[in-house]
Amino acid sequence: MINRKEKKKVPAINASSMADISFLLLAFFLMTTTMEVDTGIARRLPPPVPPTEKPPDIKERNILKVNISKNDRILINDKIADVRMLKDQAKEFLSNPYNREDLPEKRWDTIPALGGLYEVSKGIISLKNDRGTSYEMYIKVQDELTKAVNELRDELSRREFGISYMSLKNDEQLEAVRKAVPISISEAEPEEYK
Amino acid sequence: MGKFVKKGKKEVPAISTSSMPDIVFMLIFFFMITTTMRQSDPLVKTSVPSASQVEKLEKKSLVSYIFIGPPKNAKLGTESRIQLNDSFATLDDIPNFIFAERDSRDEVDRKFLTTSIKADKTVKMGIINDVKQQLREVGAFKISYSSRKDVD
Repeated sequence: MINRKEKKKVPAINASSMADISFLLLAFFLMTTTMEVDTGIARRLPPPVPPTEKPPDIKERNILKVNISKNDRILINDKIADVRMLKDQAKEFLSNPYNREDLPEKRWDTIPALGGLYEVSKGIISLKNDRGTSYEMYIKVQDELTKAVNELRDELSRREFGISYMSLKNDEQLEAVRKAVPISISEAEPEEYK
Repeated sequence: MGKFVKKGKKEVPAISTSSMPDIVFMLIFFFMITTTMRQSDPLVKTSVPSASQVEKLEKKSLVSYIFIGPPKNAKLGTESRIQLNDSFATLDDIPNFIFAERDSRDEVDRKFLTTSIKADKTVKMGIINDVKQQLREVGAFKISYSSRKDVD
């Protein structure tokens, strides 16, 4: 009698519902989460300007005026233009490869990773838009301007380090390229409409 | 003869499903680690514009979102509205929203806070300018214009 009792096993716990429970959890996480990485055009806003401060004097040749009208038309230096022309104009303006008189001046800046002194453009792109400008057009313009800067950075990076800007891993080199070709976009203070 | 009879009686063993939960749990952990919780229910339509020079927003936990677009509910009209967290807001709510976002982060992380402007394509720049002015005044200088990657 005693022998028989010892042989009796504890019944196994039925684990078949475990799968159902974990599927439920899985479904919950699938529903509540987002996979896609958020992407966007990064910008830095300027700190607010005290009303008493006068705008700095900038030479005519150092400014590229880009205006977007309320009908999404573009004026570059007061001439009607197309978005597709913007990138090339901005590139020429920011690099001034032949040191032309009507394009921006350059100043010498010490960038050790680029072998000491490097000529950084003084050019500033002045972006102005109307309250009625569509956001889509604004982003298009910002995108073209970023493209111009990124292409210049890429050219510099290939010339100096032999690899593209996107594949630069060295922080010092990355910083140097960014300093040599800054994103100098200045947005006009919105005007008060009365 | 006896041999054949014996063979017919043999049953096909049931497939063990005991490893099924393990597999599913593995999937759960994968999803838990690779994803973040959905922030809020969108009340406004935000079909963001596309651009080619987009950058990834690093560290999702350090991003606060401002949604701008026409309301999803057609009864509320087509005028662009601002959405902060889970409700409609006005321009004057933005400073408090930014302060609240800052307070909820660690002191060391605060200067890395980015504000992502998720605005619909059709939104006019007037409202975006106003939002940007508000952000400037409270010192939230790091912004990102949310846009999709172009396929060209």
